[in-house]
Amino acid sequence: MASVLMKTVIINTVIPFGVVRKVMPLWIAALVMLVISFFLDRDKTFMALKRSWKTFSRMLSMFIIVLVLVSLSLSFIPPETITRVLSGKGIWFGSLIAASVGSITAMPGFVAFPLAGILAEQGIPYTVLAAFTTTLMMVGFVTFPMEQAFLGTKVAFARNISSLLIALLVSIAVGVAFGEFF
Amino acid sequence: MNWRKHYKPVITFTGFVLFVLLSYLTGFQPGIRSGKSFISFTREMMGLLPPAFILIGLFEVWVKREIIEKHMGEESGIKGYLWAILLAGTVVGGLYVALPLCYILQKKGASLGVIFTYLNAAAICKIPMTLFELSFLGLRFTFVRYLVSLPLLTFVAFLFGKYLGESEYKIMDGS
Repeated sequence: MASVLMKTVIINTVIPFGVVRKVMPLWIAALVMLVISFFLDRDKTFMALKRSWKTFSRMLSMFIIVLVLVSLSLSFIPPETITRVLSGKGIWFGSLIAASVGSITAMPGFVAFPLAGILAEQGIPYTVLAAFTTTLMMVGFVTFPMEQAFLGTKVAFARNISSLLIALLVSIAVGVAFGEFF
Repeated sequence: MNWRKHYKPVITFTGFVLFVLLSYLTGFQPGIRSGKSFISFTREMMGLLPPAFILIGLFEVWVKREIIEKHMGEESGIKGYLWAILLAGTVVGGLYVALPLCYILQKKGASLGVIFTYLNAAAICKIPMTLFELSFLGLRFTFVRYLVSLPLLTFVAFLFGKYLGESEYKIMDGS
């Protein structure tokens, strides 16, 4: 229990740190490129900025909807609930629940993996964790509106279903690799 | 502003704000938490989106159609798929970067199979995320996941490209 607590503390310090570390090089890269572009061709650079704004403003309404959905899912299904729901279930039932939870919720990687690490320490099978993390990354119920806006309903749906199947195969393979089936 | 086009986000956002306010008044914990996480997500996005979209704009203006067509187009073969995976591993940001990039890639002549490989791989093959996974779940876990998911998602993307290519499928601009 003590180590779980310690890891939770680590997660909480890692989150702001991770964000800064992720964002800084991106700002530097964007500004350096912008300056280079400006010296090469002013008109093209202004055109690029106009395009950037256009792409962003087209997506703005989707952003708002997805941000609201992600915030709601993360607070109604917090990490503690996920831990409780996944504990003490068998491999099959556990994986099924893990895949559903992973598909419905969305979580940044720097929250999801520390959580998975804690769950592994509590003895939850790797098969279940694979189902959880893979669906979390690949299948997005809350990000579906955004996918829909770019790919259309049918293709977005097909992509999510195929991703779900891939995730299940991955979790079976992980289970075999960790000797959890036999 | 065109009201008809924007009523969905306006209603969603107003509803959400009301819900959070009500949660604060009644002490409903999940509601309060969701308000807090909305603010922290928005703050994170404000740090991420401007540089990401500046880079997307520069990419759109500077990268020539011939280059994308040659390396990621119908004739690019297996090389195009490798480029897609490389791009997915290194380009930061989630779907909100990957989807507009897919739209631009198609405009510049990338094949659908390559585009869907990029989109699928962008979800699970990011290098920074993989480092996180490695440190918390171990090498065996990450290795098996890559070994199984990468070929599968490429194959699925290939099928998507083949099937949708016949119907002249076009990725939309996200509005």
